[in-house]
Amino acid sequence: MATPTIESPRSGRVSPGYSRSSASRGNFEMIAWLFMRLSGALLVVLIFVHLYVNLVTGDGISAIDFGFVAGKWADPLWQIWDLTMLWLAMLHGTNGIRVIINDYAEKNSTRMWLKGVLYTSTVVIVVLGTLVIFTFDPCPVIDGVAHVADYCSAT
Amino acid sequence: MEKEPASKVELAPGVGGGGEIPTFDITLKVRRYNPEISDEAHWDEWKLTMYGTDRVLDALHRVKWEHDGSVSFRRSCAHGVCGSDAMRINGRNRLACKTLLKDLDTSKPILVEPIKGLPVEKDLIVDMEPFFQSYREIMPFLVSKGHSPTKERLQSSEERERYDDTTKCILCAACTSSCPVFWTDGQYFGPAAIVNAHRFIFDSRDDAGDMRLEILNDKEGVWRCRTTFNCTEACPRGIQVTKAISEVKQAILTRKV
Repeated sequence: MATPTIESPRSGRVSPGYSRSSASRGNFEMIAWLFMRLSGALLVVLIFVHLYVNLVTGDGISAIDFGFVAGKWADPLWQIWDLTMLWLAMLHGTNGIRVIINDYAEKNSTRMWLKGVLYTSTVVIVVLGTLVIFTFDPCPVIDGVAHVADYCSAT
Repeated sequence: MEKEPASKVELAPGVGGGGEIPTFDITLKVRRYNPEISDEAHWDEWKLTMYGTDRVLDALHRVKWEHDGSVSFRRSCAHGVCGSDAMRINGRNRLACKTLLKDLDTSKPILVEPIKGLPVEKDLIVDMEPFFQSYREIMPFLVSKGHSPTKERLQSSEERERYDDTTKCILCAACTSSCPVFWTDGQYFGPAAIVNAHRFIFDSRDDAGDMRLEILNDKEGVWRCRTTFNCTEACPRGIQVTKAISEVKQAILTRKV
């Protein structure tokens, strides 16, 4: 009579779903974690000054119009300020969503698709926003017609 | 004055004790699963009269011994040391042997489920192998360079105090199976593995701290911790699990930056 073989314990029968694919190289997750904390602290300052300058100082909220934005972006300080805010907020938000996708998506294929959509939209918004901040022209000439606001010097 | 009896067992009823132990009725609902009968899990319910000194484990014993012998669960020491009987009691991970029935809301059914995130094998028994696999990966043993000393390895009480909290782990898996990040796909190392890595990383006698930090710097390592504190809340030994994880994060950061 054949003796039944009993597998030794710890014979490596871990359910396949649980085994980690391979050890990951590099410090990406650490840097992402650190970036979240540093950018978060910086964004608090950036955003609250932004809100204060736009909504409280001067005429407050009623002063905000096309001209107000044009005036701000004529100043390199606010160009840099808004650029930093745009990049930090977008990367901070994207990384946050990336982490949420990692935590909540159960399949790798779902993860890949969701992150694909996320990264594409991030790139579009960051590129578009950066372009607008630097190429913004308050007195555009479209089809030979100058859309002159009262603050544009007449040509 | 009455002479004290040689043994308390000989005491007449109602003498010498603090009075009769109060009894109360409970409804115990247990999540049943037996893959040999059905792929679906279901709830079974029993009405029991229990004593004020009884624990959830005693209620499970009462069911298994007197009502339905097929109810399956793990328990070994039954006194909160071996870590066999971690289960989800009223939605919280607890040791059945450390949870008194009188501390639960006995007006409602008491729900007992297997711990989450690990494959259920039968009733309250789960496959702990993925949990132990992560534990083994962080090398939970003393690694020292050079020759072994001829005497014991000396350590000051301050050095011992540094990792005292994480020596209390009994590997019951209550923390790891309470972690929502672990529930998703079971890839995360989990609080228990990190706690046991912490125990050696901060041990002055150990020389493999760097290797353990490198292992936990993985994308499934400490950086997946969201500090939800579920693990700290679940730990039957009162280990400050989330704090230990943060200390490991900090150790990796100070080493790399």
